[in-house]
Amino acid sequence: MNNDMHKAGAPVKPIIEVRGISKSYSITHSNERYVSLRDSIMNVVRAPFRFLKQKARVAIGRSSNDVFWALKNVNTSINAGEIVGVIGANGAGKSTFLKVLNRITEPTSGEVVVRGKISSLLEVGTGFHPELTGRENIFFNGAILGMTRKEIAQKFDAIVAFAEMQQFLDTPVKRYSSGMNVRLAFSVAVHMEPDILLIDEVLAVGDAAFQKKCLEKIHEVAKRDKRTILFVSHNLDAVQSLCERTLLFEKGEITTEGETQHVIKTYLNRQATAVQQATVVLPALPEKPFQITQVMIRNVQGAPETTIEAGQPFSVEVTYETRIERAGFLIILQCINEYGSTVFFVRDTDVNTELITHRTRGVHTSTFTFPAGSHISLNTGRYTITARIDSDPASEVVLPITISDTLKRFNHFPGSILVGDAWKNSENEHRREK
Amino acid sequence: MAIVIKAKKTLSLSDFKELWASKELLYFFTWRDLKIRYKQTMIGVLWALFQPFITMVIFTIFFGMFGKIPSDNIPYPVFVYSGLLLWQLFSASLLQASNSLVGQQNLLTKVYFPRLILPISSIFSNLVDFAVASLILIGLMVYYGFVPHLVGLLLLPILVIITCVFSLGLGFFLSSLNVKYRDIKYILPFFVQLLLFVTPVIYSPSILGTWSWVLALNPMTGVIKAARAALFGLQPINWFLLFLSAAVSVVLLVLGYIYFKKTERYFADLI
Repeated sequence: MNNDMHKAGAPVKPIIEVRGISKSYSITHSNERYVSLRDSIMNVVRAPFRFLKQKARVAIGRSSNDVFWALKNVNTSINAGEIVGVIGANGAGKSTFLKVLNRITEPTSGEVVVRGKISSLLEVGTGFHPELTGRENIFFNGAILGMTRKEIAQKFDAIVAFAEMQQFLDTPVKRYSSGMNVRLAFSVAVHMEPDILLIDEVLAVGDAAFQKKCLEKIHEVAKRDKRTILFVSHNLDAVQSLCERTLLFEKGEITTEGETQHVIKTYLNRQATAVQQATVVLPALPEKPFQITQVMIRNVQGAPETTIEAGQPFSVEVTYETRIERAGFLIILQCINEYGSTVFFVRDTDVNTELITHRTRGVHTSTFTFPAGSHISLNTGRYTITARIDSDPASEVVLPITISDTLKRFNHFPGSILVGDAWKNSENEHRREK
Repeated sequence: MAIVIKAKKTLSLSDFKELWASKELLYFFTWRDLKIRYKQTMIGVLWALFQPFITMVIFTIFFGMFGKIPSDNIPYPVFVYSGLLLWQLFSASLLQASNSLVGQQNLLTKVYFPRLILPISSIFSNLVDFAVASLILIGLMVYYGFVPHLVGLLLLPILVIITCVFSLGLGFFLSSLNVKYRDIKYILPFFVQLLLFVTPVIYSPSILGTWSWVLALNPMTGVIKAARAALFGLQPINWFLLFLSAAVSVVLLVLGYIYFKKTERYFADLI
């Protein structure tokens, strides 16, 4: 009720105004995040002069520390009721941007004016404690997101009904599946009715039906109550269907902003021209329990190749390393066409279901083969294949592929797939008599 | 209600307003803390009674019966329990507060709320434990026939407040230091254990003779001495010592708060 008055009173002012924000991290900081007190003291004792010299340099502002700019002079404004998509490659600054808006980290310079209550949809179970029951977690999560006890009690039934988990209310959350977790988290966040809702990569988990329900709910909430939504996602399909306007982040800056379809196309084009090799090798990150170390696309002969002949199978080889015993995660491959729609989506556990809960320590390779043949093929054009680990959106690796029909095996029609030799014509037989 | 997000100053009055506005969240954090603690132990809330009680029994057997440590003419069980009660409030609050930020990494990097709530709620949840454990003290006092006088009873809440202020001040400082230096978590329990022996919990400060002033440097000394004087009425309350404890605690609280606020902006980046 309060908010309506605001909106009526100040109709022209945007709900979020971002004025030249920048955010820097010093590289030395981010490299050794956890320093131990023992090491720090030993450094001073062992090399007191170096320590003093360094301190003196910092004091006169001539530190040799390298600075990494996660955000560089970002300007934009968002009006009430808009649903704005935020896209960009990993490390482009999307998440930092949201973190600044959400006041988790403060900008180094610049400022943001927010005219309303801001809230974020938490990552799977972030605010959940595994020992507490669903009921208890709803109350706690609601409180963290800024609801009062009374408000939560009022909306409790609606939250539970939307998440569809009446019968699990008094079960500890540790027994929930990750899908149930997201459902509950999403439900709490949506029902707290903020003026601005920040959604960062949460809908990657959960089953397709619920994802759809979430997207519909976001849509409904935004339209009916004039809520503003910032939606960060690698799922370009979702961005496309949800957002009228999209911001593209590249290297800490907003490089393109405008109508979603146009921005997505720009983004995919740039990505495809940026990486043209068929193999991506990633540096080892020993602090991660599991990670993708290499992704490779091979043609039917087994050679690494990004241009694939229509009607011929191709493979995507994902090499990953597991550093803990009995790890449970999924490797997801997603193929997106140049308009941002998903063409196919597969998980390496689709066939080998035992991998959902048990992966042994070591280096493994999962190979997916797209079963193209003379009957069926992806249509010609440019695609991107993304490989990622379900619980780690930052693990995403993007590879481009081009399907071309140099042998002219198919007729060229619009659509996502090409179909060959599928028609059969036969004369209907007479019904035989007994 | 436009909010301006920009690089913040270390100290500002609006932080206190915000903290006051978030008291409901403080309640929820405390409530969750207690729920989890009592859920994970088999005997639940009885643990809050059991733990200090057994400690008291062991100390009574070894230090009281066999060690014959002087206890200012107060029966040893009730003497040691009165000290233990306040000591546990202090040490448990301090340890929990110091780990409160690191233990909630998920929340710190995902949601905004006044970070001060985390160490503060650690103190509150230990206050509940303290209240439960106090029941045993009442039982012991009835058993040994001690009746505290009115001044004593009025003084007790003040002693509890001083203890909380002291642990909160140190907690503010150590919790933010812990974000950067992760070995605090391993070093601290050791020092807290050592600190038990330089606090007159299991012995009376009188056994140090002319050296007993050394103990006064530790704010818990004044608190525990005053508590015994107030509860058992066998000695006068040392007002000067108590004032010193309160002053040291308040200074620590202010310094701890400033350090916490100064480092707060880096929590999410470092943790």
